[in-house]
Amino acid sequence: MKLIYIWMILVGCITSVQAAVLPEERGDILYHSYDGGGVTVDGPSVLVRKNFGDSVSLGYNHYVDNVSSASIDVITQASPYTEQRKENSILFDYLRDKTTMSFGYTSSVESDFDATTGFINISQDMFGDLTTVSMGFAVGDNIIRQNGNDSFEEESKIRNYRLSLSQIFSKSLIVAFAMETITDEGFLNNPYRSVRYEDATSAQGYSYQPEVYPQTRTSNAFAVRGKYYLEQRAAIFAGYRVFSDSWGIDASTIELGYTLPYKEAWIFETSLRFYEQSGADFYSDLFPFKDAQNHLARDKELSTFDSISVGAGASYEFDNRDWSAIKRASLNLHLDFFFFDYADFRDLTQEGAVGSEPLYNFDAIVIRAFASVWF
Amino acid sequence: MSRVIKSGLLPCLLILGGCAIDPWVQPYERANLADPIMSFSRDPVSSSYIHHVYDAREGARGAGVVSGGGCGCN
Repeated sequence: MKLIYIWMILVGCITSVQAAVLPEERGDILYHSYDGGGVTVDGPSVLVRKNFGDSVSLGYNHYVDNVSSASIDVITQASPYTEQRKENSILFDYLRDKTTMSFGYTSSVESDFDATTGFINISQDMFGDLTTVSMGFAVGDNIIRQNGNDSFEEESKIRNYRLSLSQIFSKSLIVAFAMETITDEGFLNNPYRSVRYEDATSAQGYSYQPEVYPQTRTSNAFAVRGKYYLEQRAAIFAGYRVFSDSWGIDASTIELGYTLPYKEAWIFETSLRFYEQSGADFYSDLFPFKDAQNHLARDKELSTFDSISVGAGASYEFDNRDWSAIKRASLNLHLDFFFFDYADFRDLTQEGAVGSEPLYNFDAIVIRAFASVWF
Repeated sequence: MSRVIKSGLLPCLLILGGCAIDPWVQPYERANLADPIMSFSRDPVSSSYIHHVYDAREGARGAGVVSGGGCGCN
């Protein structure tokens, strides 16, 4: 199994309650780390935003993933591996009156996967600037290869259609609604991963065959998020997202957050996130025999599972009085703890009768440490 | 031509006219909303990364705080 990250970063398309203004002029350097389930991914991300006049903003992001994987799939079907993914994005925003047009292009390269993505987004303020409507479209093309097999090369395409609306309801309440449809076409499975099926002729009672996914996928997601300003300068956040796709996955996400400034310089944050999904129609931990159906998957991300994550963060902002070129700066640290619990994905590293091995679960810690300057 | 104007342009003007309503939260009353702690994603580079983690570990995708999204993570 090979873990491949395809990330359409689209940093310039962050939903904002302050539409009809250009993105902040700032620079960020982030160290990110994910450690869980035998997988570690870390690296830097650098983002710079600069405005030209009152109408144009340019941005650039450089992002790196250093992957070291000995995941449950890797240790049961293959050998641990390391790899690196590099991604570069350019971002362009044009502001005219109450309309913001955003464009971006992202290129991602790794040893066996190349991805290019372009997007356009248009935001319009209306109703006395209480309402902001945004429409976005993104198109991505991927080339998938297989290390060790030079004759293997496949393609896939992805299209994103997004509509969002943010609404100011009161002096203290903002609510955002988002809908997004995503379509995929082409080679959508992992060329390294296999499914297992019962095989009495095998000493362990089962054998493997390559996964086979459908050539298309269409998904729809709808989300509503609200943020409320509390007295004494604090904010609470709540969000709900519902998701379904043509593969039979239904999912829901609940997010809660609390932000509390302390004195002038500190901001503390906590968050709680619940996620659950049903498995894809063609997913099975153990198929009854080889080629049991047209489409076959044993990717745990397509299984039935739930997860809980708990996050905490702190930011410290520096005084700007002595810096001529820099208006302000901050240091930030965020930690998130994830707990994944799978309902029909079994841990094959544990003892058990075929198809009755203990169910798999794991936890992960995510670190985001970054410095920001505004100029 | 006049029929086209009546049937198409007039409704559009009426709709656009609605965009000029008197806001029930005046600009000078938006100090709380303008506070950085009220942003859904105060730090874009950080928000993008955590959504990347979600996309990589979950079957669901899209309609996140970050536009676009989408992850064919294997």
